[in-house]
Amino acid sequence: MSFPWAKQYSPGNDFTKWVDEKLPLPRLVYNAVGAGYPVPRNLSYMWNFGVLAGFCLVLQIVTGVILAMHYAPNALVAFSSTEHIMRDVNWGWMLRYAHANGASFFFLVLYLHIFRGLYYSSYKAPREMIWLLGVVIFLLVMATAFMGYVLPWGQMSFWGAKVITGLFGAIPLVGEPIQIWLLGGYAPDNAALNRFFSLHFLLPFVTAGVIILHIWSLHIPGSSNPTGVEVKSESDTVPFHPYYTAKDGFGLGVFLIAYMAMVFFLPNYLGHADNYIEANPLATPANIVPEWYFWPFYAILRAFTFDFILPAKLWGVIGMFSSILLWFILPWLDRSPVRSGHYRPLFRKFFWFGLIPCILVLGYCGGAHLSTFTILASQIATAYYFLHFLVILPLLSSFEKPEPLPYSITEAVLGSDKKAVLGENTSPAV
Amino acid sequence: MVRLLAIGAGLLFTLVVMISFVADAYNAATTDTPETAEYVFHEEARSPDGGWSFNGPLGKWDIAQLQRGYKVYKEVCSACHGMKFVAFRNLADLGYTENQIRAEAATWQVPGIDPATGEATMRAAEPTDYIPSPYPNDVAAAAANNNAIPPDLSLITKARHHGTDYVYSLLSGYQPIPNELKAEFPEFKTPAGLYYNPYFQYLNIAMAPPLTSSGQVTYDDDTESTIPQMAEDVTAFLTWSAEPTLVKRKQTGWPVLIFLLFATILAWMAKQQIWSAVKPAKRKD
Repeated sequence: MSFPWAKQYSPGNDFTKWVDEKLPLPRLVYNAVGAGYPVPRNLSYMWNFGVLAGFCLVLQIVTGVILAMHYAPNALVAFSSTEHIMRDVNWGWMLRYAHANGASFFFLVLYLHIFRGLYYSSYKAPREMIWLLGVVIFLLVMATAFMGYVLPWGQMSFWGAKVITGLFGAIPLVGEPIQIWLLGGYAPDNAALNRFFSLHFLLPFVTAGVIILHIWSLHIPGSSNPTGVEVKSESDTVPFHPYYTAKDGFGLGVFLIAYMAMVFFLPNYLGHADNYIEANPLATPANIVPEWYFWPFYAILRAFTFDFILPAKLWGVIGMFSSILLWFILPWLDRSPVRSGHYRPLFRKFFWFGLIPCILVLGYCGGAHLSTFTILASQIATAYYFLHFLVILPLLSSFEKPEPLPYSITEAVLGSDKKAVLGENTSPAV
Repeated sequence: MVRLLAIGAGLLFTLVVMISFVADAYNAATTDTPETAEYVFHEEARSPDGGWSFNGPLGKWDIAQLQRGYKVYKEVCSACHGMKFVAFRNLADLGYTENQIRAEAATWQVPGIDPATGEATMRAAEPTDYIPSPYPNDVAAAAANNNAIPPDLSLITKARHHGTDYVYSLLSGYQPIPNELKAEFPEFKTPAGLYYNPYFQYLNIAMAPPLTSSGQVTYDDDTESTIPQMAEDVTAFLTWSAEPTLVKRKQTGWPVLIFLLFATILAWMAKQQIWSAVKPAKRKD
């Protein structure tokens, strides 16, 4: 489905006509990311990050497939095969640093993409399915990143795997058998490393499949926009190509500059020194921490310290998983008819002065050495995190008086919309 | 209904985590955690005066320094520490010729197999061999070193936080226990077989001071081999061994960034050109 004024694909010569009859793939691309997809004309740079996330996935698959040609998933040699890539494989050091930092930049871009969705309520009808598929993609990428971090078989790889699979051990009664089944043993060893490698190779392709569904469901209602007002007429949109291909091209350039600066000048800045020590089941690192992109969730895990009916560890596991799974019901929690945070004065305050500082505090506490201060701070932030999504958002629309919305995207951009003046369409904005 | 359940769940999570908060805050307020000597007297790693030649975006190896560092490693460190990821052929990076490397490798003994009998034996190393560990296995290493296994040094500067500064500070940081520490923590002791070093996390380290006097290693150039100088040189060598591609990496980064900057400016201009047609000021309707 698309808007009636969307441009139609017309094959230019006999060959493209022939292809279009047998397999209309060029038509599909034209309608998906070409001139055949009308997009709101007022998208800000916050709308760049979907394309960038897709780019990151392709980059991770390309670098990852080449790294897999040189890596050996065996606990005896995994660490030295990683060093072999760093020292002996032509440009191996560049591939590995690009892949390791690529994971960080993938998450950075995903977080900005999710942040955009939360502020502009991109999850609201008619776009619930896009949001749900997006949460599935996020979970898949998290699982892939976790298993990828285990592969170099350094100290943090080993102990990270031990801690995370240990979370399943917190499940009552069946926890321990599940943990042993997942690891293929009592502790991470060759069996675990092999299955993590296999899944780390598989899941990115599953992710790519879900991304196709994500984009498919996006093309039914069309893209959201910063006003949150739906597209009304042709003057509200521009064709994706060349307008947004050009804008995304510039965004990609800025992204690549930041990413390459990191790869070539600070490649180990985001990593942990302990992962350059080979895995040793007999020596526990002083501070087991995951990569930075898991810090907020790790802080939630560690915030539950009191055995309230259930053991504290189980509360931590339930809290950590719930903190992401609750996004699945978000479209039905936030009932305000207004989408964009621009026009919601109360929502805006809770978002900027509540949620954002709360997530930054959780991120800091998750990465820092455990201390009384970080524990207490992460407990307050965890409480706010759940209050924000599960209590404040559902109640907010009852108290909030939204600011007046523009009649249309055209009016928001140009200051006036001729059709509004003519009274052609008098249905209420939204 | 969904919202009611969510509000219930949200309040439950808040309640549980706030109970944890109250319990932890009460514990923190009622228990007194005494300050430890490890916390008060641990010192942060520092760079030598003049910094490192390979630091910064334009950093380069100081080849003469790497050669001196290799000599310190060979004559001092290698008595206890191996370097299993560095082969003698890699010494070409330090400016040695093929013949020099062949001759240098031959001064090391590595485990081999007697071609006549098949018995395990020792033979002179070749350029393709890796720098050997002085111990046949970890058990022998632990037995010879008061149960502390000397770590392999190939990656040591990457395997420690601020590794290059840390290794330099540690090597040049051995000292007697300061009087302030004795006054503040009278129960603090350095047990037999350990040595006081404020740059080590736990202050007492199992490694005996490796660099003990000026002139311990005789340099081939006219650099004076003081303790800080030897520490600096061997640390530079260990930084190279941890990442032999460090300088190549930085030198590759510059053309990549300059190209991307140029491409991004072009992309910006293309974007401006394309969007100028629908910019508000130019619209007529």
